[in-house]
Amino acid sequence: MGRSLKKGPFVEERLIGRVLEARKDIKRKSVLKTWSRASTVVPEMVGLTIAVHNGKKFIPVFVTENMVGHKLGEFSPTRTYKGHTSKTEKVATRK
Amino acid sequence: MARIAGVEIPDNKRVEISLTYIFGIGRSKSQKILEQAKVDKNKRVKELKAEELNTIRMIIEKEEKVEGDLRKEIQMSIKRLMEINCYRGLRHRMGLPVRGQRTKTNARTRKGPRGSLIKNKK
Repeated sequence: MGRSLKKGPFVEERLIGRVLEARKDIKRKSVLKTWSRASTVVPEMVGLTIAVHNGKKFIPVFVTENMVGHKLGEFSPTRTYKGHTSKTEKVATRK
Repeated sequence: MARIAGVEIPDNKRVEISLTYIFGIGRSKSQKILEQAKVDKNKRVKELKAEELNTIRMIIEKEEKVEGDLRKEIQMSIKRLMEINCYRGLRHRMGLPVRGQRTKTNARTRKGPRGSLIKNKK
């Protein structure tokens, strides 16, 4: 079920404040670090770089127009999976 | 043989069913269209008059996104997901289920046929 429209998109209070602050001087491209993965990307964030914590480190996310409506956490993967070793690799390591 | 929305040529079945042969039209949409066109949904397609077919055609053309257009739209939204590097986009790229299903077992629709197990264990 979707979120009630009455409430508007969820953005962490502190984060939206910092976003508006950062927008004031756009020339100074500062990276906003945040742990708030659950916050929605709102139009005010477009053009900023936000470093989203993935549990281990901050992944810098450059926000584009297309990302509006998604959550910040979607852009900062929490799992690493490089794939299983393929057959050919296994043969190579056995030698 | 009736031809609606490009190439679809359903025939001996009830209109309600025949319309669902069009990509993008299911049972409920088909019923909605027929109600709007004031056509009896239990009629067979071959029994339809030309004018009835035409009203159906018009309604579909005007109000529904079907076939190529719909496929294109789906492709575009997938492409968008992949371009913005979000989690769902990554899953699409890797060819894994997108909506949080388990992948320890199953997920064969997305993953494709099983890779043959490692037989030559020596």
